[in-house]
Amino acid sequence: MRDVAVVGIGMIDFGELWEKSLRTMWAEAALAALTDAGVDSVDMVTIGCMSPGLFAGQEHLASLLADELGMAGVPAARVESACASGGLALRMAFAEVAGGLSDTVLVTGVEKMTDVDGADATFALGTAADQEWEGFHGITFPGLYAMLAQVHMQRHGTTSEQLAAVAVKNHANGLLNPHAQYHLKVSVEDVLASTMVADPLHLLDCSPVTDGAAALVITTVEQARELGSERPMVKITGSGLATDTMALANRNDLSQLDGVRLAAERAYAMAGRKPEELHVVEVHDCFTIAEIMTTEAIGLFDPGFGASAVDKGLTSLHGKIPVNPSGGLKSKGHPVGATGVAQVAEIATQLWGEAGQRQVEGATIGLAQNMGGSGGSSTVHILEVAS
Amino acid sequence: MISPARSWREFPQRYRLEAARCEGCEKVLYPPRVVCPDCGGCTFETTPLPREGKVVTFTVVRVPPAGYTEQSPLPIALVELTNGVKVMMQVGDLADPEELEIGMPVRLEFRRVAWDGEAGLIFYGHKAVKG
Repeated sequence: MRDVAVVGIGMIDFGELWEKSLRTMWAEAALAALTDAGVDSVDMVTIGCMSPGLFAGQEHLASLLADELGMAGVPAARVESACASGGLALRMAFAEVAGGLSDTVLVTGVEKMTDVDGADATFALGTAADQEWEGFHGITFPGLYAMLAQVHMQRHGTTSEQLAAVAVKNHANGLLNPHAQYHLKVSVEDVLASTMVADPLHLLDCSPVTDGAAALVITTVEQARELGSERPMVKITGSGLATDTMALANRNDLSQLDGVRLAAERAYAMAGRKPEELHVVEVHDCFTIAEIMTTEAIGLFDPGFGASAVDKGLTSLHGKIPVNPSGGLKSKGHPVGATGVAQVAEIATQLWGEAGQRQVEGATIGLAQNMGGSGGSSTVHILEVAS
Repeated sequence: MISPARSWREFPQRYRLEAARCEGCEKVLYPPRVVCPDCGGCTFETTPLPREGKVVTFTVVRVPPAGYTEQSPLPIALVELTNGVKVMMQVGDLADPEELEIGMPVRLEFRRVAWDGEAGLIFYGHKAVKG
């Protein structure tokens, strides 16, 4: 395999972007990444997008978006793995470059979620669960994660206050991220007083509905050197992809996320790293319980200790292992297909030392974990400053 | 969004709780599958699910999706039946959804689950009630 470097990122401000279409958001992020990298052509474009058909009435994004950027003719592919579509877009691009099929790839993620009303958005997101055997009964995504939370609480004594502490931390980080959807300081009391969505998850335990796009340019180390950037070289040293059973009914242990654990094990093995070597981490906090369970699954904490870690400040911006310095999905927003790409953009920014007020000092090794559905798919990528 | 053909196709499982027992390893699959995920076997015999079990986990959906909004708050549980098969279903007849708890014994009853405005279909299936 060839070594792969991240040489550019492109983010747009996430939010309810009524004035911007799917293609406009995408093109802005893509162009920003190409400009950041200093490249004007690529060998391949990958696009992570969960459901343009249900959210925007549009399919066939490979052609639509390559054309939008004046690149018609370039090889392009839209990939889908629910909310892990962005992570999958990077995984596929990584394989292209590492395997030698392409030298330089534009990796993108996008989701336009506010062109449909709340009920239609809930339905579209619900298609990431087993529609025949879960969705039929009226369960929603908050509902599925609420079921996982109930088990975690019963097994490990995790409390609603500890769940709320995740939201408090991530909103505090999001205040320092200009791209975040919500610049909003919240307290534990605010979270507990917000509307109950699916017991025990309150509205402020949930990530929002968001429009957004994000992009990266990845290439070979040789090409990266030729670009002559003054930034430290950041390589993708580990890439892990895994699945778990789709339906919660078929899982043996609902207190943990086995798909995430497998994806992490594969990424650590490829990178030759261990969880304790990480300096900065972005995880898929679609719900507060998800941050607790994913930090356990990627090995930052033993099973059952993810919640108390938040309490103790271990995952805070200046804690032992900062988690979601970007504000996470919770505060930055969760345009589902864009999320996995935006997470890696944050890790690259941190490793370049360009994260401003939310900079994790001295970070040289970081990890991004992206997840689809109720943990039915996951990607984990490890990035490092090349020595 | 559930078509008449799909609704009809699911009648054996929804109405009669038909599961498949793998002839190779005896694992009971609900819903039935083409391949047994445990042993790879491809031959099955039809067997009905038991009608008693206990709550493994649960939630109360306060913001239900389209088609279920009239049923809010909607209690839903993952129920482990006496043969070890886990099934997701609504919980009926609760005076107060706060009564729901992990470990609560339940039995399955045939009920109306949802009604679909657009296609005019009424969906029946099984709900869990306190056992």
